[in-house]
Amino acid sequence: MKLILTEEEQFLKDTAKNFAEERCPISHFRSLRDNNDPILWDKEIWKEMTTLGWPGILIPEEYGGSNFGITGISVILGECAKTLTPSPLFATGVLGAFSITNFGSSEQKQNYLPKIVSGELTTALAIDESSHHNPANTEMTAKKDGKNFILNGKKTFVVDGASADLLIVLARTSGNKGEMSGLTLFLIDSNDPGIEKIKLDMADSRNYANINFNNIKVDAKSILGDEETGGETAENILDIGRIAIASEMLGNAEAAFETTLDYLKQRKQFGVLIGSFQALQHRAAEMFCELELTKSSVLAAMKAADEGSNELQRLSSLSKTIAGETLHLVSNEAVQMHGGIGVTDEYDIGFFLKRARVAEQIFGSSKFHTERYANISGF
Amino acid sequence: MSNLDKFRTETKKWLDENCPPSMRSGADPSIPVDEVWGGRNAEYKNPESKLWLDRMGEKGWTMPTVPKEYGGGGLNKEEVKILNEEMFLIGARQPLLSFGIWMLAPVLLEYGNEAQKKEHIPKILKGEIRWCQGYSEPGSGSDLASLSTKAEDAGDHFLVNGQKVWTSYADKADWIFALVRTGAKEPKHDGISFVLIDMATKGVSTKPITLISGKSPFCETFFDNVEVPKENLIGELNAGWTIAKKLLQHERAFISNFGLAGAAAGGGRSGRDIVSIAKKHLGEENGKIKNSFYRTEIASHKIKEHAFGLTLKRAGDEGGKASATASMFKLYGTEHNKKRHELMVAASGVDGVAWDGDEFDQDDKNLTRAWLRTKGNSIEGGTSEVQLNVISKRVLNLPSQ
Ligand SMILES: Cc1cc2nc3c(=O)[nH]c(=O)nc-3n(C[C@H](O)[C@H](O)[C@H](O)COP(=O)(O)OP(=O)(O)OC[C@H]3O[C@@H](n4cnc5c(N)ncnc54)[C@H](O)[C@@H]3O)c2cc1C
Repeated sequence: MKLILTEEEQFLKDTAKNFAEERCPISHFRSLRDNNDPILWDKEIWKEMTTLGWPGILIPEEYGGSNFGITGISVILGECAKTLTPSPLFATGVLGAFSITNFGSSEQKQNYLPKIVSGELTTALAIDESSHHNPANTEMTAKKDGKNFILNGKKTFVVDGASADLLIVLARTSGNKGEMSGLTLFLIDSNDPGIEKIKLDMADSRNYANINFNNIKVDAKSILGDEETGGETAENILDIGRIAIASEMLGNAEAAFETTLDYLKQRKQFGVLIGSFQALQHRAAEMFCELELTKSSVLAAMKAADEGSNELQRLSSLSKTIAGETLHLVSNEAVQMHGGIGVTDEYDIGFFLKRARVAEQIFGSSKFHTERYANISGF
Repeated sequence: MSNLDKFRTETKKWLDENCPPSMRSGADPSIPVDEVWGGRNAEYKNPESKLWLDRMGEKGWTMPTVPKEYGGGGLNKEEVKILNEEMFLIGARQPLLSFGIWMLAPVLLEYGNEAQKKEHIPKILKGEIRWCQGYSEPGSGSDLASLSTKAEDAGDHFLVNGQKVWTSYADKADWIFALVRTGAKEPKHDGISFVLIDMATKGVSTKPITLISGKSPFCETFFDNVEVPKENLIGELNAGWTIAKKLLQHERAFISNFGLAGAAAGGGRSGRDIVSIAKKHLGEENGKIKNSFYRTEIASHKIKEHAFGLTLKRAGDEGGKASATASMFKLYGTEHNKKRHELMVAASGVDGVAWDGDEFDQDDKNLTRAWLRTKGNSIEGGTSEVQLNVISKRVLNLPSQ
């Protein structure tokens, strides 16, 4: 495994960088927030992303995608994260596209993949049911009723849950809370009358929902992958999601760091640039080192995903942990090093802090993944 | 068969025939192990240590990339990789530890004249001459360029007077590479020259210093009217600072590998693995370290170690841009190594601070000493604070006051 981007991946990264800077600078996100946009992402921007082929990056060519891989989509997300660009790309282009491409029946692929590629269909992955990520704690039930399943329960903190057309839902077909066995994934139309979406207002002003499922009736064709082994499937999807979100978080951290460095080179106090104070220089240099470690970890995880390495789980937890810790550090330091304007709403740096803390929770915090890393490593 | 395949076959065969049994993994533990530094006064408890050094030196494989004309192996990058892999496969020991190899030879290759390269490099890589580093002085540590050991022009030679300090293994070394002032004190960087001095020259003396670990690996080094031939000047007169800095990059690169090499599979160099130490002293339950507080800390530490290893790998894959990243690796590698030893000591409880006597395991006593030794890692070769300064200025381009 070589830890460098291929030419194709570098090209995708450069394209995404230009796109984000030109089409959706931070002011774009700010206006969505200020206008209380109901879905908090812009349909026009999503259309343009679709034209660039981004939702189809994980989808095979026969369904209209380009099959450029996890590294490809993750570097795009990383660049978009630098300007805090909100879009369905993570929940649809990564989670939905990966799930259905890898675990869908041929009918499911026919039905959904072309629509993901064209941008018509957006998806969301509904796993958690409480304030801490823990797939094993799934209580939502899917009870067999003849040929059908009846789903009941509540999902929380579903990324893009307020807008997604298709929900990928983890439910219990047997066993008890705390077990990874006895779980099954279902594809459910979010317009089903038994579904109640409660839009969440989170600190990062992005699209999330809690979702109630009341007696949703589906047949076996709605199962994604196999009955009863959905826990394993979900872990695989989650690992890809964790890597992609870690890449986003790296992008967030890099941008917050760059902005802060610029400020250190502009702002004067005591007659000198504040960047000449050693107390700040050393903290900046420490952040630089942490960012370098984060880049390597995220890159290794993306490559492991594309190469089907058996280190995938460990590297996924490694990258989510390191990205979480680094973004945590950088977002705090960025605010502090800006002084008073750092804590004003008018200035952008606070957005990174708020985004950081929410992203840290998505699919497991650094604490969750440190423990998982230790379990996988055998200590 | 491609050339590389052929090289691998030949290398395998050569190692098989030439690497003595006690120089490989799985050697009889009762055979004494030497730390081989070479030099005029080297002593060997195990004659095979010397044999292995001589054979590898003869092939030039102690510095495999150095051109054959200077006694090196003349191998390209791919061949070196193969050599390393084949040595790793049989668990071959490094034949020679050497400041000459790690620091001096690379700058001689870049800045030395033909005669200097021909004279010194072969002796370095055969382990015939052991070198030490004469940089720091009592008044000049981090501010190295303020150094004042003087070398006056005395016609056909320089007359050197002054004192160096913290000179690692000066009492065992044959020659010293030293920074001396040949020009004005200001601007301080412009009056420094890089010279090579035979420690056997009249007027050179050393005095060992004892460290907190109880060991005494370094010395004060005194120069009292020492005559140094002019041909021992490397590069131009008063242009030694550039060479000095380049050498520091090589030094930082090898120091940063200490921690990682030590932590690599099963403990590598030091043979100490934090997980097994924790399991031994704190207990184990279902394969996990029994104490959850230590387990969490160790896991966080292991994660950082993994990420650091990946970063070294990435730097290699990118083609190893040296300079400022050497500062990052030196800083991170040594701070990490210190943290690792702190964790091992803490996880060992009282046994982790054992000093001497029969009540304690030798492993535990060694750990105490090793832990104390790591405190020097973030000082030698430029302190951590100095590395942070380098990163701030050269990588982040932050302004000076
Ligand atoms: C184990 C070991 C082996 C060594 N081997 C050798 C050797 O073989 N040859 C040799 O020449 N030297 C050797 N050294 C010396 C080493 O290079 C110096 O100790 C080192 O450069 C620091 O210098 P100093 O000890 O004078 O500390 P000082 O420079 O006095 O530093 C004291 C403290 O001040 C801080 N400080 C200094 N300047 C700054 C600054 N600008 N900004 C912020 N903080 C600052 C330092 O980081 C440190 O914390 C060795 C040292 C050790 C510990």
